[in-house]
This record gives sequence, C-alpha cells and structure tokens, in this order.
Amino acid sequence: MQNTGMANQAAPAAFAPIEIDERGYYGEFGGAFIPEMLYPNVEELRERYLKIMYEPNFQLEFQQLLHDYVGRPTPLYLAERLSERYGARIYLKREDLCHTGAHKINNTIGQILMAKRLGKTRIIAETGAGQHGVATATVCALMGIECIVYMGAVDIERQAPNVARMKMLGAEVRPATSGSQTLKDATNEAIRDWINNPENTHYIIGSVVGPHPYPDMVARFQAVISEEIQWQLEEHTGRNHPDLVIACVGGGSNAAGAYYHFLNDQRVRLIAVEAAGKGVDSGHSAATSVLGTKGIIHGSRTLLMQTEDGQIVEPYSISAGLDYPGIGPLHAHLISTGRAEAVSITDDEALISAFELARTEGIIPALETAHAFSALNKIKFRHSDIIVINLSGRGDKDLAMYVEHLPRFAR
Amino acid sequence: MNRIQQLFEQKKSDVLNIYFTAGFPNLHDTEAIILALEQGGADLVEIGMPYSDPLADGTTIQESSMTALENGMTLPLLLEQIAAVRPKTTVPLVLMGYFNQVMQYGEERFFRQCKEVGVDGVILPDMPVYVYEEQFRSLFETLDLGISFLITPQTNEERIRQVDALTRGFIYMVSSSSITGAKSGISEQQLAYFNRVQALQLQHPRLIGFGISNHDTFSTACQYAQGAIIGSAFIKALAGLQPEQVPAATVAFVQAVRGVAS
Repeated sequence: MQNTGMANQAAPAAFAPIEIDERGYYGEFGGAFIPEMLYPNVEELRERYLKIMYEPNFQLEFQQLLHDYVGRPTPLYLAERLSERYGARIYLKREDLCHTGAHKINNTIGQILMAKRLGKTRIIAETGAGQHGVATATVCALMGIECIVYMGAVDIERQAPNVARMKMLGAEVRPATSGSQTLKDATNEAIRDWINNPENTHYIIGSVVGPHPYPDMVARFQAVISEEIQWQLEEHTGRNHPDLVIACVGGGSNAAGAYYHFLNDQRVRLIAVEAAGKGVDSGHSAATSVLGTKGIIHGSRTLLMQTEDGQIVEPYSISAGLDYPGIGPLHAHLISTGRAEAVSITDDEALISAFELARTEGIIPALETAHAFSALNKIKFRHSDIIVINLSGRGDKDLAMYVEHLPRFAR
Repeated sequence: MNRIQQLFEQKKSDVLNIYFTAGFPNLHDTEAIILALEQGGADLVEIGMPYSDPLADGTTIQESSMTALENGMTLPLLLEQIAAVRPKTTVPLVLMGYFNQVMQYGEERFFRQCKEVGVDGVILPDMPVYVYEEQFRSLFETLDLGISFLITPQTNEERIRQVDALTRGFIYMVSSSSITGAKSGISEQQLAYFNRVQALQLQHPRLIGFGISNHDTFSTACQYAQGAIIGSAFIKALAGLQPEQVPAATVAFVQAVRGVAS
C-alpha cells in the first residue's frame, strides 16, 4: 500500500476530486455523530490513525501479514467464458481466495495492528453474513486477544457455518435480539458494548460505515484491492485502469477497496450494486440509494432507509451482508454526485447469477458477491470494455441456501 | 431566563429530574405523567422522544421506545401533547432524543417549535458540540432555549470546560461508563470522578444520571452535584400499566425517591 493518496490520478479540471475533509466529510456525508460516551475513543483514533498506519514498522508488519498470512496478492483472473457470454473483457478480482474467504480480512489485519498500538486488550465486532466476524475472530486468535462478535439472531440462523467457525476460533458470538435482528442491530449492540467498556476495548468495524475516522480508515485498509488491480491489469492488458469496476454494496467496504485508486480517474465507471431484496418497491428491500434519504445512522450522516419521522426502517435482503438500511458516507457521496452508478438486484437475480458463475467459471460466490455479477445484465457497456468485478467472497457459507434452490437449476 | 435557569436559581440542591419515554406505556399518558411527576415532587421532567435505534440507551429504555413507537408516537404528536399540558404546569420540560429525529423534522423548525409549545431545553446526545456551536448556538440564545451536553468519567478537563461554556441550563453528568440503566449503586471510582468534577467549580449546575434508581442512590448523587436524573427505574415502574393506573404509580415512585411516605 505504498500509494494510498486518493489523488494519484490527474483529474480533469471540472471534476471535484473525491476526498475526505478534516471532520470526516465526503461532500455532505460523513462526520461523527456520537454520544459523549464514545467521544474519547473515537477522538483518540481520529488523532492517531493516519500517523499509526503509515509508520514504517506498521506498514512492514501489515504488508507481511497480507502476503504471508492472507495470501495476497489475490489473482486478477480473466473470466473467458463469462467474457464471451457478455461481450466484454471481464476480469475477476479474486478476494474470495483470501484467507477466511473474503476481503474482510484486509481490514481486520489492519485494525488488529492498530488496536495493539493503541494498547487495547479486548476486541468487539459486528457481523452480518459472518465474514467480518470470522475475519475478526481469526486475527484475534492470531494475536491472542479476547474477541466478542455481535450478530443478529436472524443472521446466526442463516449463516450457521460462519457462527461455528467463529466459535472454533475462540470468539464469543453474542446474539442481537432487538429490531430486525440483523446487521443494523448487531452494530447497535457492538456500539453499546463499546460505551460500557471504553478503556480496554477496540471496536473493529467491518465496513466503511460508522463515525469518522472509521469509513476512511477501513477504505484505506481495503485500498490494497484497487492497488493490486492497477498493476495486475497493466500486466494483463498493458494499461493500469479498467473501464468499469463493479462491486456489491451493503455498507460498502469491498466496493470502497475496489474503487479506491480509481475514485478520481473519470475514465473508470464505478458500479455500486445494492440488494433490492424482493423488489425495490416491495417493502422488502435494502436498496438504500433508491429508498434512502439523508440522515444519521451509526454515527455518520449518509443515506439511509427511514420513515418521515426519522425512524430507521428494517431492511431486507436474502444476503445477510447486504441487509443493512444505510450505506457508507463515501458511497452516498459517490452516488449522489453521479460519480458512481447504483444498480439494484433482487434476491432471485442474485441466485441466478450465483449458479451462472458456478457453471461458467467453476466459482461459487457468496450471495453478496452474486449481486455484483447480476449487474452485467443491467448496465450498458461496449464490446471493447475492460470490466473488473470484485469477487468479494466465496459461497461456502451460503451452501444451504444454494442447495435449497438446486432443483430450479437442475440440468 | 427560562424555567430551567429559574429552577437552579431557586434550588441549589436535591434537584430531581425524572425521565420517561413519550408514548409509554400508553400513547396518551404524556400529560398524566408530567402532572403526576410534578405533584409527586419532581423538579424537572425529561421527555424521551422514542427512537428506533437509541444507541446510548440500555434495554429498558430501548424496549419502552419500541412500545411507544408501536403505540403510534411521533414527534408532531408529542409536540401537540406538550402544548396541551404546558398551561397546566410550571415544571421545566426537557426533550431528549437523537439528532436524526430532529434532522428529519428540520433542525431550526424543531427548535422553534420546542419554544412555541413550551419546551424549556433539549438534550441530543449525538449532536456534535461543534455543530451546536457553529449552527445553532445563536438560535438557542435568541429563543432562550436550554441545551445540555453530556460529560463522562472519560471526558477531559478541556472538554468539560468547553461544554460548560456552551451549556444553557444544566450539565448532564453521566455517572459511569455505561449505557442507561446498566448498573446500580455508586462505586469508589465514581465518587472520585464526582469529586474531580466538583473541584472544577463549573459555572453551570450538574445533574448526575445513569445508575440512579432510588432514594439511596439519589441522596448519594445529591452530595456531589445539584441533583440527579432517574430514567430506567421509573420506566420499569410504569411497565404494563393501564392509563388510569399511571398517575398514582407515578406519584408513588417520586415520593419513594424523595423519601416521603405516601
């Protein structure tokens, strides 16, 4: 991660560069709307995160773990059969091949090293699909640090394999039983835990959400994805930028990482794929960019699904990792300024894409990731375009759901 | 000078502030609870605007908020209820809620409406101090509306002094590192914190909240501040009551805290 500056590409004059300000805003989104009980911890992090993460010895340890433990760089793979089917050159960024099976570990490696330098001895995390929970439990085991993961009771049911993995790794999984008992509620419980344990605990947020500096810090840890895409694409094609980058967005960490080095390169179209659930207008959806309005969720001003009275609406998606009523402030900014194009994909479309990828490329994606592939049916592109899809996670955790739908796709 | 400031001019100790969630246990209990709290001997009434995701609150207040929302409580309805009760009582009324609710209503519209219906102050725990200072401070001064910020055992002196300078009314002193309703009793560590803050000789009165639940904890807290705030314990006392049962239970609760035989 030698090059983490956002403005590494020359931007045309009329284009307002995507950058975060001193108070943690991307345009009108971001900030830190937190009760005083969280202020000292968040403020300490805000003051120190950049200094710590760019210390040479931090970078050395971080890069070494990404290489030796996570297995980076992950391959950039030209999916020939998929390319042929859709009429473009489609590359898959294989984050599913990271240790633990998703991109989430890029961030948890970074944050556990951060927590150690902040002198914290206890780690908490929230998780939706369980990928971030597993990635957090993994790095805590690696460092010998106590780990508590909050997970919605509904998600504990539907992502059982990841719950078992977290327990085997030595983490305690605490069910969140309020609200819709999904990711939003797990996040609420993790925040309450942090309020109750302000001195010894670091909260490893798993996405580009939460109060500043979390969205920026997590994006920087995930930026390794787009950094690798740049040089890998150069090796493959002789140019270091694609025409499109496609990624699914719940909170938006894999998308932030895949976009990061292209944010200010207008040659690159950024496609943000959200979960439409049973349909955007069905009342059972998590398509925040369509259904959301400006407000505050989990300490940040962003787009979220809420009533006129400002009560947060319970979202729905078949995919636990996308089942979130908000979106990271970076993505709210990208979408509302038109820098990123939002696409909504239903449960059913995602399932079809999961089976399609399995049978054209021999890769079983996570349900979250399957949404990103469905976007190929929704957006216009040219035959000559180079498309990078961020294959953010593998589908082992979703096998029970896939097996349920196997009869539909019988050959 | 608004009613909160008048109260602290007249009363320097044993100030009792009681919190309840509007719309709980029943949608239209607001008026009865306010009048009964005053009758029982509460000096200040803090009215919670129920919120779907109350991050700083423990289980008791979360659940009361869910009930209130299911009962149909909304911000416009609450403001109507307050407008109706205001002529019947002189007790200072403070609204507590989360900043997103206020944003959706429209911040300036909300603060003006508060003044109009007779709310005396607001507490918005997740509104950043700088946002208040830069965007709303002069409006609050114009409206003569109170604002309380929170301080905790982790808040450093510089920030406590900043909060003291911006406060209009009282400082909300969170007794321990916790969400509401989390602990009971007062520890040695907390007493050290109370003493530390007392020694700062702040210009505004302090009310201690979180973990204050009965006569004993209230009396102890009052030795270290001008008064204290009770929330979760009162919510528990109201749980499941029918509208006609609410006034007597409310009076009895306040009298028990005051140590008055009913």
